[in-house]
Amino acid sequence: MTFVQNFPFFCIIISMFSAIISFILNGKWAKIVHYTMVAAVFVMSVGCLLYTHEANISYTYMMGHYPAPWGNEIRIGELECLMAASFSLIMILSVMGGSYHIKLDIEKSKMNLFFIQLDLMMAALLALIYTNDLFTAYVFIEICTIAACGLIMARKIGRVYVSAIKYMVMSLVGSGLFLIGLSLLYAITGQLLMSPAKEAMQRILAEGIYAIPSAVIMVLLTVGLGIKSGLYPFHTWIPDAYGYSTTAASAILSSLVSKGYIFLLIKLIVRVLPYNSVPGGQMENVLFFFGVIGMIIGSVDAIQERNIRRMISYSSVAQIGYIYMGIGLGTDAGIIAALFHVISHGLMKALLFISATGLIDSSDGRLDRKGITGAGFRNKIAAVGFTVGSLSMIGMPLFTGFVSKFMFASAATQAPVYKMIIAWTALAISTVLNAVYFMRTVIVIYTRKNEATPVVSDDSPAKSSSEEASSEDKDNFRNRYIFENAATIGLAALNIALGTLSPFVINILTGGLAIFG
Amino acid sequence: MGLTVFTNYEEVAAVILFVIGMMNLLLQANLIKKIIGLDIMDCAVYLFLAAKGYIEGRHAPIYIDNITDASYYINPVPSGLVLTGIVVSVSVSALMMALTVSLYKEYKTLNLDEIMMKLRNEESEELGKLTYGDIMEEEQ
Repeated sequence: MTFVQNFPFFCIIISMFSAIISFILNGKWAKIVHYTMVAAVFVMSVGCLLYTHEANISYTYMMGHYPAPWGNEIRIGELECLMAASFSLIMILSVMGGSYHIKLDIEKSKMNLFFIQLDLMMAALLALIYTNDLFTAYVFIEICTIAACGLIMARKIGRVYVSAIKYMVMSLVGSGLFLIGLSLLYAITGQLLMSPAKEAMQRILAEGIYAIPSAVIMVLLTVGLGIKSGLYPFHTWIPDAYGYSTTAASAILSSLVSKGYIFLLIKLIVRVLPYNSVPGGQMENVLFFFGVIGMIIGSVDAIQERNIRRMISYSSVAQIGYIYMGIGLGTDAGIIAALFHVISHGLMKALLFISATGLIDSSDGRLDRKGITGAGFRNKIAAVGFTVGSLSMIGMPLFTGFVSKFMFASAATQAPVYKMIIAWTALAISTVLNAVYFMRTVIVIYTRKNEATPVVSDDSPAKSSSEEASSEDKDNFRNRYIFENAATIGLAALNIALGTLSPFVINILTGGLAIFG
Repeated sequence: MGLTVFTNYEEVAAVILFVIGMMNLLLQANLIKKIIGLDIMDCAVYLFLAAKGYIEGRHAPIYIDNITDASYYINPVPSGLVLTGIVVSVSVSALMMALTVSLYKEYKTLNLDEIMMKLRNEESEELGKLTYGDIMEEEQ
């Protein structure tokens, strides 16, 4: 065993330990520890990605001294390493982009607690990516939920408590369903590790027994994770949870947390319970239709929304719909497209949340579309970032969103004809709807404001925070622009890079998925 | 079918309890009742797991009588899962209770519907101001 093979294990352990030691550190040091940890995770994941890509292998790593059917283990391949690398990259850029608002929204004495949540979030996401054990997956799902709730609650205003409780209720229903599905799966297979469970499952299905329990397990696991990632009929918590929390939290929640659950679902589909293995399952068709409905409804809701941060949140509902539509196509190409969109949506959404906050800050904290008129001339970099993100969302060539849509469309050709027609129609409608609300906003931010207009809504909470900002010392302000601008430029560059260099990533995804199961 | 229901009565009870808990978690307006629903839901899963792990006539998997034969003991894995699950659900309920305290301090009620109503009023006031501002802007 080469030394590189230990890296994923190190990644999980250092993120957990940095959470533990942050309890005794002050906010500043907790932040330094967090940045160092995420950067280390990124470097190690890239190292492991290069190693697994070179060797084209997928290996299991024993956690403890007991071999397969008893001990706990993680499994590492290029797909997992790619996900870990992109998640850590998005994490570090989101925290950088939101660093000024973290200072503003969170009490100084509780700053280290915020970074503890972020560290735990990273640990949970990495564990969800790498684990090969079903019950470990459940435990880390709950850790992820608790950390996400902590991130939502970090901004201490009444409204976020309500968002947090909505989020918790839906998430707990989801994890309850996942847990009982898991217990049923254990009851009929007697295995908790994914690969032995798959073998046992195939034996059971070949014998033709337990057909109904297998279908029930499939429904419970899928619906549980679907609720947690915000699939269409269960999306009601999304706009509140993303719209009112602090910028870094919104960016991380929308680009990473729901994606962690989706990745776990894809892993379950490939590694434990292939949808086509259960007779009369039809689960992929259900996911497909809810995904398509989510694509349309999310965009329609976004068009009606006046608060731009909530508008971006509703667009997340639509994008989650894209991903589930890809899974629902039921082909490998569909899953590869979904996986690609997991990464590309993460990059787009983090960029949009961070640049939208930059625009709002330069407009006296006004959140509505009218309020940010002309913000493009006040905060140029944020405006460029928002434009890049919007164009990418709409699916302009050169940006990563185009590659996603192209992959979904071409994956649909391999699916049954009726699915292909529905998928293409939905993609076309959704693109037009995306263009309606994103281009409207881009046009507004580049429209010069009539100087004589009175400034209204002077007692909104965001306004008071921006007043605080003006009273902060200049040093802080300069720092904030360095970090926010660096994050915006970095994410915009990554959007274009992923859009133009997509063959490399698709190559890794295809190779990784082939040895994933 | 009817007979299997009676032989698997623990599992049937667990599933009924699970649904009761889940419905309470989703539909109750009172936050404390929601948390009780959550706990019922989690306990139902533990009942299910414990029932699945128990084998009629065998003993708890504790090694004291120098019996190494596995057929003397029940399956220990579900008990381990239940213990882990209890830890998880305790922390989740604690978090929910902390949230409830914060909400009560903020809105002076435990009823989620009332809280939502208050929030909606706040929001419409804010939006009302914005609309007024927009009208002013358009007039100029």
